[in-house]
Amino acid sequence: MQAGSKLRIEGLSKTYRGAGGGENVTALKDVGIEIGAGEFVSIVGPSGCGKSTLFNIIAGLIRPSGGKVLLDGRQPDELLGSVGYMPQRDCLMPWRTVLDNTTLGLELNGVRKKEAHKRALAEFERFGLAGFEKHWPAKLSGGMKQRAALLRTFLAGRDVMLLDEPFGALDALTRANMQEWLLDVWQEDRKTILFVTHDVEEAIYLSDRVYVMSGRPGRVSLEVDVSLARPRKPEITMTPEFLLLKQKLLRPLEEAAAGGGLFVDDRPTLEEQI
Amino acid sequence: MFARGTRSRRVAATVLPPLLFAIFVLAAWQLYTVVGNIKESTLPPPTDVARSIWENRQLLIDNAWVTIKEILIGFFFAILLGVGLAVLIRSSRTVERAIYPWLVVSQMVPIPAIAPLLIIWFGFEMQPKVIVIVLVSFFPIAVNTIDGLRAAEPELLNLLKTLKANAWQRFRKAQLPAALPFLFSGLKVAAALSVIGAVFAEWVGASEGLGYLILVLNNQTATTDMFAVIFTLALIGILLFLIVTLLERLLLPWYYESRETEGEGLHLEVEEGA
Repeated sequence: MQAGSKLRIEGLSKTYRGAGGGENVTALKDVGIEIGAGEFVSIVGPSGCGKSTLFNIIAGLIRPSGGKVLLDGRQPDELLGSVGYMPQRDCLMPWRTVLDNTTLGLELNGVRKKEAHKRALAEFERFGLAGFEKHWPAKLSGGMKQRAALLRTFLAGRDVMLLDEPFGALDALTRANMQEWLLDVWQEDRKTILFVTHDVEEAIYLSDRVYVMSGRPGRVSLEVDVSLARPRKPEITMTPEFLLLKQKLLRPLEEAAAGGGLFVDDRPTLEEQI
Repeated sequence: MFARGTRSRRVAATVLPPLLFAIFVLAAWQLYTVVGNIKESTLPPPTDVARSIWENRQLLIDNAWVTIKEILIGFFFAILLGVGLAVLIRSSRTVERAIYPWLVVSQMVPIPAIAPLLIIWFGFEMQPKVIVIVLVSFFPIAVNTIDGLRAAEPELLNLLKTLKANAWQRFRKAQLPAALPFLFSGLKVAAALSVIGAVFAEWVGASEGLGYLILVLNNQTATTDMFAVIFTLALIGILLFLIVTLLERLLLPWYYESRETEGEGLHLEVEEGA
């Protein structure tokens, strides 16, 4: 693990200077995360736990106050542009067709339009976008917009992809379909994915490992390996193993929600109940 | 065949209501002047105005051509000035703070007050008219474009950064296209204002043009002929507006087609913005 880690974050912290002489805000404190090549890792946490700050640092959009971000074991000269990044909103350009939206990354890499189109079109079927190449994004459903945004990130060709709550705005049914679909796609190319969500079930269902973050200051409060066999089917969410993991992850989240203080839970755990 | 049928029905639905309304107003006007026995020098019936337009067609065309030339040249420079100022203002905070207040102040200066000065400086030629037209019509273009250049989503700009887009690429691929619908809203307002500007400039000092013609006819109390000139001016304004709208449809097909799917609510919003 130590040697093979694709993305490694060490002692990362970020402090925002208070506006107008106000108090400083510590958004992140000593955050450590590690992802191996081809791993699917999720971060769950309540809103305001610093997930977005963490993402923006890894994407190279903001600089940390302390700590390191290592790619393939070393600090890249320029983090910005080294990892794939998909923001929460689809951010599709309404003035570009679906096809031209998905090739944005290739275009900025200097790939010729014809070649870029060819590469994108080869993926349209798999991303469930076939037949919508020439449509404007406004004509797409919410799920299709997210798949188009995902294809754009995918085609940009970075080894590591950061996905920030990509299914957060979708209805429950679409969301479930998208999760299943994402697993299928990931299974095929095994890209390294760091996925942010506030949905514990989603995190367990998709990931090899889940980090729980708690807020103020944002820090990793728990790391849980998800050893459920792959490929996973949606029914897996009903199994005892899954529910155990869910309970394990929910507890620190409840603590975080209760204010982050010491939270003594004397309810019997599921293990004890069984 | 079916598609063509719905298309012509849609055209009928947009063209018929205003046409019927115009016929209704003209009929009421005609009835009022005939039944009320109104003097022709006070309010001529529309049929007389129509006859005057026909009889004076050569005079109207000759003078309209002069005014149209002023309007087109003025409009062109208003676009250059408006868009140029908008880009300049959005290029840096300092420039924005330095220029924007003066842009607003420039609109507080009553143009009628400086028009005679322009005549003193530039004489009775085309120049002062073009300057007046630019002064009255650049403002809506500038203000709308400034807002438009702010319209690109910050997340999209961040995404472009992670795709290694430099400042120019971010401008050209995101900020500029996002600003275009706003620019066109400004152009529509400016189109109407430019006609007013042209008439006014000709009133202050001219030897030809439709505005000048109104002044001359006013001195002769030739009310019917004045109405003929007013109708011609209105026609020029309407045509200019239509040309801008047509250009918008051709250049921003995504804007129109995306709007059609999003329903009436957005439609109303956009109309208010115009």
